[in-house]
Amino acid sequence: MSKLLISPSPHVHSVHSTRSLMRDVLIALCPAVIVSILLYGLPFVLILAVSIGASVLTEYLIERYILGRESTVSDFSAAVTGCLLALNLPPCAPWWIAVVGSVFAIGVVKMTFGGLGQNIFNPAIAARVFLLVSFPVIMTDWAVPDAFSGATPLGAIAEGGAAPVPGFKELFLYKVGGSAGEASALALLAGFVYLLVRRVITVTIPVAVLGTVAVFSGILHIVNPELYTGPLFNLFNGGLLLGAIFMATDYVTSPMTVKGQIIFGAGIGLITMLIRYFGAYPEGVSFAILIMNCTVPLINKYCKPRRFGEVRK
Amino acid sequence: MKKTFKIGGIHPDDSKISSNAAVEQMPVGAEVCISMAQHLGAPATPVVSVGDKVKVGQVIGEPAGFISGFVHASASGTVKAVEPRPDILGNPVPHVVITVEGDEWEEGIVLANDPVPVPELSREEIIDRIRRAGVVGLGGASFPTHVKLNPPKEKKAEVLILNGTECEPFITSDDRLMRERPTGILTGAAIIMKALGVDLCYVGIEENKPEAIASMTEAAKNCSGIVIVKLAKKYPQGGEKQLIDAITGRQVPSGALPIDVGAVVQNVATAYAVYEAVCKNKPLISNIVTISGHSLASQHNYEVRIGTPVSSILEYAGVTLGDNVKVLSGGPMMGRCVSNPGATTVKANGAFTILTESETKRGVESACIRCAKCAAACPMGLEPWLLSRLFRAGDRNDELEKERVFDCIECGCCQFTCPANIPLLDSIRLGKADVMKIIRSRAK
Repeated sequence: MSKLLISPSPHVHSVHSTRSLMRDVLIALCPAVIVSILLYGLPFVLILAVSIGASVLTEYLIERYILGRESTVSDFSAAVTGCLLALNLPPCAPWWIAVVGSVFAIGVVKMTFGGLGQNIFNPAIAARVFLLVSFPVIMTDWAVPDAFSGATPLGAIAEGGAAPVPGFKELFLYKVGGSAGEASALALLAGFVYLLVRRVITVTIPVAVLGTVAVFSGILHIVNPELYTGPLFNLFNGGLLLGAIFMATDYVTSPMTVKGQIIFGAGIGLITMLIRYFGAYPEGVSFAILIMNCTVPLINKYCKPRRFGEVRK
Repeated sequence: MKKTFKIGGIHPDDSKISSNAAVEQMPVGAEVCISMAQHLGAPATPVVSVGDKVKVGQVIGEPAGFISGFVHASASGTVKAVEPRPDILGNPVPHVVITVEGDEWEEGIVLANDPVPVPELSREEIIDRIRRAGVVGLGGASFPTHVKLNPPKEKKAEVLILNGTECEPFITSDDRLMRERPTGILTGAAIIMKALGVDLCYVGIEENKPEAIASMTEAAKNCSGIVIVKLAKKYPQGGEKQLIDAITGRQVPSGALPIDVGAVVQNVATAYAVYEAVCKNKPLISNIVTISGHSLASQHNYEVRIGTPVSSILEYAGVTLGDNVKVLSGGPMMGRCVSNPGATTVKANGAFTILTESETKRGVESACIRCAKCAAACPMGLEPWLLSRLFRAGDRNDELEKERVFDCIECGCCQFTCPANIPLLDSIRLGKADVMKIIRSRAK
């Protein structure tokens, strides 16, 4: 008689795995990474390689030699953190900044809480803020060495040295300056579409963040256009798209129901704009995400899914 | 928007590779072994003894309570044994074993395939015929049909819903029945409508069965009050609560029954059995069984006499079981593993699905990444990650109960969708059992 397999149902599984989801996030980040490499050349390649390498190595060493357990680096989550951190740094920052940031992101923010799935804060965002308050000069030095800026292919295509007029190109296609990953709205949106098509994330959080920013800045802009920048400027400048699409949607540090995700996203949008308009820092996306990360356990506790058969209140 | 249920659901590969296998009659074997526990409720009491001669359709088991049912001989011959034997899951159950001799039927059973008109019968007479024919719900739960057609006086049925969704992957027995015998199904529906006193019946069929929709729609032209509803393809649409929601937009509250929202749901195969019981006087002694699997050389739908060994059906289908395969009674989402292929079929066996080790291997569990895919997939609006976590933490039964672990219909969507391969449904099942114990002790 043949030996039959016995187990409880279900007997089949979807194609998704943690590894496949993380791999999809890396693929979705590719357009932004490519634009940054074209714009900033070798210095950014170095930052990217060091960030990913240091993140993965930190996780591996801690799991193997401190926790003494099987390493989980093959799930690509550390690589995603490294890649996101690189995109959050000035493109030509010194390489050791990437090392410090990666060790902090993985070693402190992720592993001290128990590793993947247990951390409260998004590791890449927390590391960026850590670096920003520890090395404020380096972290706000957006200067790009001439030797590289002039040599990048995209830079060469650009109109020869004329003062940039803020327009469609700057807002949407690409611009030099700011963190590496902020360069191209188009590249980030392409990644967003990929994540949606692959069903890695849903539209809820990004739409809640961007919608809140648009509405809030829209109202204040109408009240006083001199003082407050408009929605278009706020949506496509700074790290908002990168944050809304790739960092606020981090599974581990965002709420688990649609209702909760709307509150979470709206909170990020609101805090971002409050910091941009009224705060001491010019940019507030990172702080906004970190602050809202703290609220996730509370949101999860009170925002339950609508149960089947439950009457709408 | 295509009609479907509103909360959760998944889209597994439907693998309806057997849909073109027309129903074939499988010859009766040398022996049938008929279980007395083919219905929900108390097993029937055997009323034959060793050495008795029986005819096809003769009563061999009588109901042992209100929620119980009649059992009939599915073949003619001599009773060889009346004894407990293991069912397909390996649990010992009383069986009547008949050595097959000839094919002699009880008198009064119409054997011709031609449609028979509905006799003039009262509501009580209809329900009695259904009861005496041993008809049970063939969607899987095996609930005695006559009980379902007798709702408590204070509750009023408004609509009959026939379940032709067949949302489980691989299974096509209902699809074939709807394509090949639509008139019988709809006659059965009309009989049930009369028994319930309703004048509206919806038949829900998923869009991946266009031929069934066409043939049922054509047949429904001659019936008043029967509407064929095309539904989107989404699992678990065949769940009773999900189907009612998809078709009527009404959601059965937690702990309530379909009748509480005015609905009675019956499977299409049950409706066909009702037709045969009432119009042809034919008890439920055979059913259509799908034999399917990607690893099989050919796919089949057989009409099989109840009490046929699973191994004989597989042999007839040309299936040789290697090591490390899974034989499922049912489909891959909710089917149960056959541990004992020598055991015999019961009324509610609609399919045997064969999966290879690689098709069914569970992945290694890793940490929950809180992606909430399980919660998004849960058709009952539960939070499987939370239920599983509470169960694993131990001694959190109060919270499990509060989080409505009992609403879980065990459809498996959560576990199917979990990227970390967490055995969510395993934990939830165990949690349900723990909470059940507490509720029982509270009742004492």
